[in-house]
Amino acid sequence: MAAAPAKQKSKLVGWIDHRLPIFSFMEHELNEYPTPRNLNYWWNYGSLAGIMLVIMIASGIFLAMAYTPHKDMAFDSVERIMRDVNYGWLLRYIHMNGASMFFVVTYIHIFRGLYFGSYKEPRELLWIIGVVILLTMMATAFMGYVLPWGQMSYWGATVITNLFSAIPLVGDWIVTLLWGGFTVDNPTLNRFFSLHYLLPFVIVGIVVLHLIALHQHGSNNPLGIDRKGPQDSIPFHPYYTVKDLFGLCVFLLVYAAFVFYAPNLLGDPANYIPANPLQTPAEIVPEWYFLPFYAILRSVPNILFIPAKLAGVLAMFGAIGVLFILPWLDRSRVRSATFRPLYKWFFWVLVLDCLVLGYVGANRPEGMFLVLGRIATLWYFFHFLILVPLLGVFERPRPLPTSISSAVLKGAAAPAMEK
Amino acid sequence: MRKFALALAGAAALTVGAAQAADEPSLPKVTWPNDGVFGTFDRASLQRGFQIYKEVCSNCHALQHLHYRDLGPGGPGGGIGFTDEEVKALAEQAQVTDGPNDQGEMFQRPGRPYDPIARPFPNEQAARAANNGALPPDLSLITKAREGGARYVFALLQGYTDPPPDMKMGTGMNYNLYFPGHQIAMPQPLSDGQVTFSDGTPNTLTQEAYDIAAFLTWAAEPTLEVRHRMGTKVFLFLLVLTGLFYVVKRKVWAEVH
Ligand code: HEC
Ligand code: HEM
Repeated sequence: MAAAPAKQKSKLVGWIDHRLPIFSFMEHELNEYPTPRNLNYWWNYGSLAGIMLVIMIASGIFLAMAYTPHKDMAFDSVERIMRDVNYGWLLRYIHMNGASMFFVVTYIHIFRGLYFGSYKEPRELLWIIGVVILLTMMATAFMGYVLPWGQMSYWGATVITNLFSAIPLVGDWIVTLLWGGFTVDNPTLNRFFSLHYLLPFVIVGIVVLHLIALHQHGSNNPLGIDRKGPQDSIPFHPYYTVKDLFGLCVFLLVYAAFVFYAPNLLGDPANYIPANPLQTPAEIVPEWYFLPFYAILRSVPNILFIPAKLAGVLAMFGAIGVLFILPWLDRSRVRSATFRPLYKWFFWVLVLDCLVLGYVGANRPEGMFLVLGRIATLWYFFHFLILVPLLGVFERPRPLPTSISSAVLKGAAAPAMEK
Repeated sequence: MRKFALALAGAAALTVGAAQAADEPSLPKVTWPNDGVFGTFDRASLQRGFQIYKEVCSNCHALQHLHYRDLGPGGPGGGIGFTDEEVKALAEQAQVTDGPNDQGEMFQRPGRPYDPIARPFPNEQAARAANNGALPPDLSLITKAREGGARYVFALLQGYTDPPPDMKMGTGMNYNLYFPGHQIAMPQPLSDGQVTFSDGTPNTLTQEAYDIAAFLTWAAEPTLEVRHRMGTKVFLFLLVLTGLFYVVKRKVWAEVH
């Protein structure tokens, strides 16, 4: 099966494939690769994330050709890209808004996994690798945002790097290492640029692992039950290639709307003011995709002997940490929320909770926002650490369909299928 | 899962609502011809705006990201409608320090189109010394660097009034409705009849504020029209492609459903 491509196109292909089985590989992983026949549009976001990664790397490499990582020149060099480099404005807006699109797509991808139980046996490692990708993306985006060296770049970098000083014993040492000195300065910008160039390629490597893990057991599906035979599957190509392409076009329409008609809507105006170490902006807020985490960071008070700052940092990283152990926190053997009458509701409460955290993160932690932020933070951890394990034990799932094909062909028992 | 999209929209509305809860009055609802999806600049308005910049604002504010050539046909986005000769004449009005020459000396020469637009002060200290300690910010990105953009600039320039009786003003400070905190170091720069437009347009304060805001929007992003035009093409292309893939998808999947 893997020895020769099913439809050999030419002698040359055959010659190469005999020595380097690249064509068999593609044939196997794309063409024959059996996929559940009932995937809905929530399964489009994985390929969209992959495409966003490629777009970010492509636009980033061209930006880097005209960008200068020096504190006295970075801001002006970005403006030069916007004004004097041919189509530089396009590249920069693609990259800037691309970061936001990348996160939208990735967050939806993750919530898809939460709803349909894609993190459960046998996909635990696939899920964990995904969480590692999320972390690396966050580091990349954070450092990228520092590069234009505007006011938010500078002060965002100052606030976030300072967090590490909360770590006992080694904290200050880590901060000095990040800064390359005793404050955010030119060496910081230099190392952030270097890492910002490097990390996306690290992500590519992790994505390859993600895909290897995916192809081992194939995609989960909206019913969350295993494929029982060939009647449950269809080949990836052409069915899902064309579906992914259609989804990609719709996504590109949204992306283009931002790039061409509202390129600065998601950004902070203060980042069009050159960095000024002597003048703190009235509000220091990160990009929207970090707001829920920022809210958690700023909500946490002193806990026993742990000072608020350290507790906040722990909670913030803990918010991602719980995702790592989620496959073992969830004791329910039923994957899809479609058949979990209680979990389904709590899933939506969690979505709402994250939106509330995002809303809180954009505001000062005072008065109503502080209260709201604390409640939402507590709920976040309550959901993962208490609710999810308990539901696995006490919830009574609805009966599962016997197979994907029976559910699909009867139609009735497949509420998640799109028509 | 449609609920998800609804919840997202709801959260977005909430955030926008919260952002406006400051004590400055809300900005006037003006629009410019360059707003909107098909927006293009009104070149006459841009030229009037540049005239205001040159006669008034340039006494204190720089436009450091712009060169004279940017105003002409060769500039990004095609400039503000000046001819090459006009740009050349404009540049020559400025004296530029150049060098060193082959004697090792710096010398003065008339400006050329490729020179950056001359700045009023050689450095920050000089700017502050001339402005009561306050620094007039560079204006080339000002409409992007402020919440509200052009509308904020438009409002700010018309926002000078007498301070409320209970307010203590710092020395040399002026009361402005729209400036955060209301105390601004910039004295009211524009008033009715401040500039005499060469095209005979009535020189009310509102007109002046409108035109300079338009010019500063252009200065912040001279390629704005190019962006809008390309956006239209990209959208049409993507719409057709989306339709095409939709049809193909239906066809390919017909036998599976
Ligand atoms: C006499 C010098 C002077 C002139 C002339 C002048 N400005 Fe200013 N401008 C200043 C100073 C000083 C500040 C800083 C104000 C502060 O920070 O309190 C300022 C600030 C500004 C700001 C920024 C306000 C903010 O939100 O921070 C804008 C916009 C502005 N000026 C526009 C203009 C325009 C447009 C003109 C021409 C019509 C002009 N200025 C003419 C001195 C001047
Ligand atoms: C995971 C993929 C990537 C993400 C999420 C990302 C994110 C970002 C972000 C958020 C910015 C700030 C944009 C702004 O506000 O101006 C930025 C800037 C930048 N990035 Fe990336 N980036 C990625 C990949 C890359 C790659 C691979 C390169 C280079 C090879 C690169 C080069 C640059 C450069 C030169 C800038 C500064 C110019 C600018 O600010 O517009 N990026 N990036």
